[in-house]
Amino acid sequence: MAHAGSPQPVLTARAAGLIGCATCGCVSRPGTAHCPRCGSVLHSRRPGSLSKVWAWWLAGLIAYIPANLFPMLESTFLGRRTDSTIVGGVVDLVHHGAYFIAGVVFFASVLIPVGKFIAVGYLAYSLRYRVQLSGHMRTLLYEIVEFIGRWSMVDVFVVAILAALVNLGFVVGFRPGPAAVFFALSVACTMVSALSLDPRLIWDAVERDVPDHG
Amino acid sequence: MTRTAAIADGGGIAAGTAEGDRAARILEAGGEVIACTVCDALHSVGAGPPMHGRMRCARCGSVLLRAPRGALDSILGGALATVILVISAVFFPFLEISAKGLRSAASLVDVAFAFSQGITAPLALAVILMIVVLPVTRAAALGWALVPLRLGRPALPGAKRAFRFASRLKPWSMAEVFIIGVVVALVKIGGMATVSLGPAFWELTLIVLIVALESTSLCEKTIWRMLEARSRS
Repeated sequence: MAHAGSPQPVLTARAAGLIGCATCGCVSRPGTAHCPRCGSVLHSRRPGSLSKVWAWWLAGLIAYIPANLFPMLESTFLGRRTDSTIVGGVVDLVHHGAYFIAGVVFFASVLIPVGKFIAVGYLAYSLRYRVQLSGHMRTLLYEIVEFIGRWSMVDVFVVAILAALVNLGFVVGFRPGPAAVFFALSVACTMVSALSLDPRLIWDAVERDVPDHG
Repeated sequence: MTRTAAIADGGGIAAGTAEGDRAARILEAGGEVIACTVCDALHSVGAGPPMHGRMRCARCGSVLLRAPRGALDSILGGALATVILVISAVFFPFLEISAKGLRSAASLVDVAFAFSQGITAPLALAVILMIVVLPVTRAAALGWALVPLRLGRPALPGAKRAFRFASRLKPWSMAEVFIIGVVVALVKIGGMATVSLGPAFWELTLIVLIVALESTSLCEKTIWRMLEARSRS
């Protein structure tokens, strides 16, 4: 992962008066509507990218609130029913001494979603306002967010598996709680939010923030 | 890993020319030019990526192009593993637990239908899409678009559309995320019941994870160049 040590001025497709395809990288003359190589609609920069990012980001954040307030899993053990929220589930696991699983669940259901809101928000903010982070770090952040987004859905699958599998009559059983729906919705919204971000805008901002180091 | 030479601003190609003129010169200079999809920097492709390596963007460091052979193998391997895993887990219970003489088993359909009651009902549909329908559809589209390329034949009609469709589905096709979910659920259950898994389950889990890791380095730009070269239209 060695990056260029001495930054050099680089010619972008837009600066050259051309359009680079966001899907396949093929370079076209301005005025071309569809990419001749892959057929995608051509935009030098995706229109409305920033407002779409914020809209989906906010929707995800709103859905994340009930995801934490409602129970994620309703468990019955020998006839006694317990509802647990995401954070409540983690606390229960800690009380039972299952520190490792508690850590995994806390990481996947709390740290990653919250970190994702912060990271996408930061990147969207950086498009408008000057920030300190280098271009490579911003790209890394963008790639991490894009990669990790779908993995948050793990929690929803875990609830579904537990509910489908652990149904041993009176002894023990699980049922999914309403929080599962809101959590899945929140993950989907933040995924769309991250996907709406045109990474080329990040580099336009880098060029603005650090003129010689674009 | 080799780094390609970026077309430097004002250097060599088009010093001091007007913008339109400059664009025309770049396109007419001969030799293929590609724009980085992450940062928009222009690069001349030249001889292309080395046999077993990748070309990286001189500005942002993201992968521009990969050696075609390896790229195809990892995608098609992943598609095949996904189809086998998903289809077998739809028809057979892939998990079984027992405790105090009681047994319980679940297939993928059972898992999705765990959400079929009350407010969580829409989630049942979403889950069946994410873990069954979309992974299989995506794998089929990839096969249609890319198997002929791997065999050295011309692309089938509609190959480009199939590959574009597969790329759209990629984030929402979550077979490998589901596998991790299975592992986490098993760890949680471990304390209260005996879990039995066939060896086939672990083999497939391994394949899916390896390929999931491999396909994160999937380079769409490389595939698009090959599709363009082999398409009749």
